[in-house]
Amino acid sequence: MSATGAVRTLKIDGRDCSARPQATILEVARENKIFIPRLCQLEGLSTVGACRLCLVEVKGSNKLLPACTTTVDEGMEITTSSEELASYRRMIVELLFTEGNHICSVCVSNGHCELQTMAQRLGVTHIHLPYRYPKKQVDASHERFVLDHNRCVLCTRCVRVCDEIEGAHTWDLMGRGIDSKVITDLNQPWGSSESCTSCGKCVQVCPTGALFEKGRSVAEMEKRRQFLPYLTLMRGERT
Amino acid sequence: MTPEELEDIAQRERETQREFPQRVNVCVAAGCLSCQSDAVKEALVKEAASRGLGDQCQVKGVGCMGLCSEGPLVSISTGHLYQHVSARDAGAILDSLQGSLVEQLLCPTDTPFFQRQKKIVLENSGTIDPERIEEYIACQGYHALVKALTEMTPQQVIAEITTSGLRGRGGAGYPTGLKWSTVAKAVGTQKFVICNADEGDPGAFMDRSVLESDPHRVLEGMLIAAYAVGASQGYIYVRAEYPLAIARLKTAIRQAERLGLLGANICGTGFNLHIELRLGAGAFVCGEETALIASIEGRRGTPRPRPPYPAMEGLVGQPTLINNVETYANVPPILRNGGAWYAQIGTEQSKGTKVFALAGRVRNTGLVEVPMGISLREMVFEIGGGIPDGKEFKAVQTGGPSGGCLPRETLDMPVEYESLARAGSIMGSGGMIVMDETSCMVDVAKYFMDFCMTESCGKCIPCRVGTYQMHRILSAITDMSAAAQDLKLLEELCDLVKHTSLCGLGQSAPNPVLSTLKYFLEEYQAHVHEHKCPAGACGVKMLEKVDA
Amino acid sequence: MSRKRLATVWLDGCSGCHMSFLDMDERLIELAEKVELVFSPLVDAKEFPPDVDITLVEGAVSSEEDLHKIRLVRRRTKLLVSLGDCAVTANVPAMRNPFPVQAIYDRAYRENATLMQGTPHEVIPRLLPYARPVHEVVHVDVYLPGCPPSADVIHYALTELLEGREPELSARTRFGA
Repeated sequence: MSATGAVRTLKIDGRDCSARPQATILEVARENKIFIPRLCQLEGLSTVGACRLCLVEVKGSNKLLPACTTTVDEGMEITTSSEELASYRRMIVELLFTEGNHICSVCVSNGHCELQTMAQRLGVTHIHLPYRYPKKQVDASHERFVLDHNRCVLCTRCVRVCDEIEGAHTWDLMGRGIDSKVITDLNQPWGSSESCTSCGKCVQVCPTGALFEKGRSVAEMEKRRQFLPYLTLMRGERT
Repeated sequence: MTPEELEDIAQRERETQREFPQRVNVCVAAGCLSCQSDAVKEALVKEAASRGLGDQCQVKGVGCMGLCSEGPLVSISTGHLYQHVSARDAGAILDSLQGSLVEQLLCPTDTPFFQRQKKIVLENSGTIDPERIEEYIACQGYHALVKALTEMTPQQVIAEITTSGLRGRGGAGYPTGLKWSTVAKAVGTQKFVICNADEGDPGAFMDRSVLESDPHRVLEGMLIAAYAVGASQGYIYVRAEYPLAIARLKTAIRQAERLGLLGANICGTGFNLHIELRLGAGAFVCGEETALIASIEGRRGTPRPRPPYPAMEGLVGQPTLINNVETYANVPPILRNGGAWYAQIGTEQSKGTKVFALAGRVRNTGLVEVPMGISLREMVFEIGGGIPDGKEFKAVQTGGPSGGCLPRETLDMPVEYESLARAGSIMGSGGMIVMDETSCMVDVAKYFMDFCMTESCGKCIPCRVGTYQMHRILSAITDMSAAAQDLKLLEELCDLVKHTSLCGLGQSAPNPVLSTLKYFLEEYQAHVHEHKCPAGACGVKMLEKVDA
Repeated sequence: MSRKRLATVWLDGCSGCHMSFLDMDERLIELAEKVELVFSPLVDAKEFPPDVDITLVEGAVSSEEDLHKIRLVRRRTKLLVSLGDCAVTANVPAMRNPFPVQAIYDRAYRENATLMQGTPHEVIPRLLPYARPVHEVVHVDVYLPGCPPSADVIHYALTELLEGREPELSARTRFGA
């Protein structure tokens, strides 16, 4: 163990990297331009380690560890890509496609969707697990935004940005397991939410077309996230 | 409270007890209560009063006597045990205190079920009134606490626990002494102790029984732990489905506080511990420690990645010790008798005893405490009394939805953490379900997968969707509609969910499937390839309908 | 070198993938030297012939006719290619899947019909409970996602397959592309 405050040196995919203490593997990898896939993590929001796409191998650990929540240690040796990891990641993305109703071709976020891009990047050319075809609702009661549960991957970015950045905590989750869903207030229509400030941050951080601006047609919904690093910077280091 | 004062209470209580030449103990734990043991007790009290035996014969409610399948159970001071007692037997039972025994109610206690047990955690269960602190004190209760507070340093307490070799009884088997010393060394503004009483495995009722039968033992264990790690606030997270355990815990906390054994300045030593109850709202995942902590904090009960472990950053970010009910219940006797005494019991790697809830297709179902290392065969065929109705043994399921099904070949394996894990199951919290030839192992796997699927919190993708997909395949297999490639897909999903899920629930959810695939593959194949269920359990209902 | 026998079939899809196929434009002429188009909505063959080397399938398997067709195609084809999102993921045709088939019929032939309200019983093949991707029904050798896959991607895939190589498609196309 080295003293706190000292720089940590570690190896990612055989490359020597240095990191500040308390940095996560994902942060160090990003600084070193090493790609680690992730869906739930977004810089500026707290980490939850939920999507499991960023799992990496760490020498000496018999478990795969999420890069987004695992802080670096001196001398750590990390492998971010292997045949095994690649196949797990593909399968996790496939599970998401089977869980909801993701029809890329008619989606407002077609071409700008993190799930779609992830599938392509990980080499998912088809889904070899059967689809679930759940009947899910669309909430268009808000005057400016729409929530389409069919496209939600339950990353909880909307929940976190609303709570941590906007401070409204309009969003939360209800239900368990496969029946989980994001809700506004106490599962009231978004349009009737009394806590929602209509700031739209949730829409912008949503990785898919689950949250979008009204009036957008297929492929027209591009998310603008510039506010997030800006706000984070302005507020200083949040601990 | 000084050691002398405590001894005074114990002495007085023992004398009071001795004033009664005759005693009748009625089990009033949940098992017997569910077959009206409260009416039995009431009838006995009434009958004794009407005979004017009030000051000679004591009728009291006690905790679990173990053989739940034969309840309501009543024991009398001659040392005999009655089973299947009903209220109208009250007169005959009182008669038998000085006359001849009620033969038709007699429950033999020279059987392996009673003789093979070794009671440490359950030493007072079935003998003391769980609602009176004096009775617990009379059985050396709180002596370990006073000893620790007055004679030992926290380090010495931890050393004793480490010597004992005690491992977490919640299922994972992490060395308790190591956990305690981690929390003791951790730095924080306040430390917490938490008792995990969110027992949720299907068929498991060890913790409920301990809480209902001997709640003070758990409080004492928590007090000693809090002293050892330097905690001043404790929580017992108990599931709301255990109303009796909750009521008895509340009584116990009140009583301990009144005697100055709990609260501020305990025994005048300046040590403080306040214990509060928190009720679980019915989510199995809240038995996972980080989810449990979130729930106590008033948040949605979902796990978070570890590290940081609760020992470093737990409740409200402070060092927190979480142990299971049975782990705490082991602590007082260890301090009383010494860690070395405890370490003699059990096996090399698994010390002490373990309480099991024996259920399913065995003659004797109920609660048993046995030394670690006992074989599954002894559990099933001696203590359990074998399989009823002339059926063949097929498998024993340990560890609930996180465990596996162990076949006949493993019967001679010792019951300890490592051997069970090697065989593809886990020790778990102590549920043990015996299955005979009429159980279809695919159906069993499906049952547990259904449990995991509905209890998945939904936070991480592999568990949320993976358990759904596995359940879908298992349903297809039991419906005889699965294709050959579904078996391969099932294995693929098991591998994924096991290795990528966020918490223990997901990581262990494939175990019932993996173990049945390992030991009973031919049953899967029969469903898939021949559309037949060898046990005759799947699709039977449909056939009956057609016939009728 | 003898020309390879190529076929294309059109199940539950919009024909957009076939349009994209035609968008290969002058490259079709060059392709025609390497393949013989033995069956396709674009040619006049009435029956799917035996011994086809490569078949491109557009569309999801939605009806009893689709099911019958794809099974026949699979039996008579060496290399089956799922062409486009409907074949690969069931795509837009799958949007009916959360609903029971009767509700679909009612919506299409009763609620929205102005003339001759009522579910047709002739000519129109019966719908399966779900519109399904081709590979859930028969084995598929190559997946070519996209809605539609571009002419370039189709050309690349065919060229590679004709050369006996496995096309690397995930970098060139994606769902919804």
